[in-house]
Amino acid sequence: MSTDYPNDLRYTKEHEWARPDESGGNKITIGITKFAVESLGDITQVDLPKEGEELKKDAVFGTVESVKAVSDLFAPCSGKVVKVNDPLGDSPEYINEDCYDEGWMVQVEVKDPKELDALMNAEQYQAYLKEQESH
Amino acid sequence: MKQTPLYGRHKALGAKIIDFGGWAMPVQYSGILDEHKSVREAAGIFDVSHMGEVWFRGPRAAEAVQKLVTNDVGKLVDGMAMYTCACRPSGGIVDDLIVYRSDAENILIVVNASNVDKDFGWFQEQAGAICEIINLSDETGLLAVQGPRAVELVQSIADQPVAELKSFRFRKAVIGGVMTNVARTGYTGEDGFELFAPAQAVGKVWDAVLDAGHKVGLKPIGLGARDTLRLEAKLSLYGNDIDEEHTPHEAGLSWVVKGKGFIGEEALARQKAEGLTRKLVGFVMKERGTARHGYPIVDDKGAAIGVVTSGSVGPTVGANIGLGYVPVALAQAGTRLQIDCRGKGAAAEVVNGAFYKRPS
Repeated sequence: MSTDYPNDLRYTKEHEWARPDESGGNKITIGITKFAVESLGDITQVDLPKEGEELKKDAVFGTVESVKAVSDLFAPCSGKVVKVNDPLGDSPEYINEDCYDEGWMVQVEVKDPKELDALMNAEQYQAYLKEQESH
Repeated sequence: MKQTPLYGRHKALGAKIIDFGGWAMPVQYSGILDEHKSVREAAGIFDVSHMGEVWFRGPRAAEAVQKLVTNDVGKLVDGMAMYTCACRPSGGIVDDLIVYRSDAENILIVVNASNVDKDFGWFQEQAGAICEIINLSDETGLLAVQGPRAVELVQSIADQPVAELKSFRFRKAVIGGVMTNVARTGYTGEDGFELFAPAQAVGKVWDAVLDAGHKVGLKPIGLGARDTLRLEAKLSLYGNDIDEEHTPHEAGLSWVVKGKGFIGEEALARQKAEGLTRKLVGFVMKERGTARHGYPIVDDKGAAIGVVTSGSVGPTVGANIGLGYVPVALAQAGTRLQIDCRGKGAAAEVVNGAFYKRPS
């Protein structure tokens, strides 16, 4: 289970993940979780914000189209987009194949990296998934 | 949720199960795109046991069926099937169906899973006095084996020359030790068969096809790929593209309105004489966006002039495709449409005919 939900990430109830800046800075990388990917099935298109756009925590920042349906992406934190994973435009299947590395979506610069502390850690997220399942 | 006799096999194969109109059905096994490709390039097996089977029995069976369906039942001979609609007096589509004539006194209508109770009730109400009408949906299992390798595969395990069957013909054959009815029909745009077997024995037929299927690359296929396959072949899905609010003429199904004396005949004749106001068309997205069921089709000012009824990626055609109702003036091939994809406009172009046609 540990590689399904890496310990260094933070998770939202909407099944996005946020990776804290590895060098202790304020650049946060964002994507969707393995649970989200498995629920969606084959992803055929992603629409992401452009560099320079602002993300607002809990607001929609893009969409994912799978064969079956379209789903909104919700921002795990507020911040300015500094990098976008452009190859996803032509190869959205990277998200299915490797949602935590090659399938990352955007990187944002946050004012306060501590904002992530409010999100779930891997253990809490997996408990949350179990709880959802039993409903 | 209701389960088909193959539910345990789907679980064992690792299928993802969803609620489809009250049925616990496999939506995918290996993945929709992979399954779609398998059916286009090799073969796939589908459990469609959730569909309904209603039998019309007795000397006046054909008369009863003709009262209910729009196509000309008189053209059927023993061992022949036809696609058709059943309509309300208004011309609205009750369901789309395949009628199979075993013989003059035994005629089967296969109905959509979500409509079994509605259809059976309607059939009994309108034709129950003409002949015996029996709902054998729960007692009947149904499989589809589809794809370019499907015919040789099924032939390799059947005791009768089923490969000789022409399109929309059927015959009995033993497969996997089970007496089945083998029909050259399907819902994918590919060649292949649909196999009827008693519910308690359909598992043996499934196993026999899967066992023999490995050598041609057959895979089990869920409802997800069934939908993308049928959409590429421009086959209507009841509840999405056709319903009681639309007529066969509007749905591009005038070719199955050939019968005489059926319910809805007058309304359909009147509509044809007066001319249509809207039509179901196929379209290809010309801009980034995937049309989905219920998205508005809009004019230059953004006002809704039509509605998308089906839409998805077309994995084999390599484009986003869809179906929708538009005013007749916009139904010609080449017409530009604007689809409102959740607030974002995306251009699409009307195309004639199926998006995908199998190589002949």
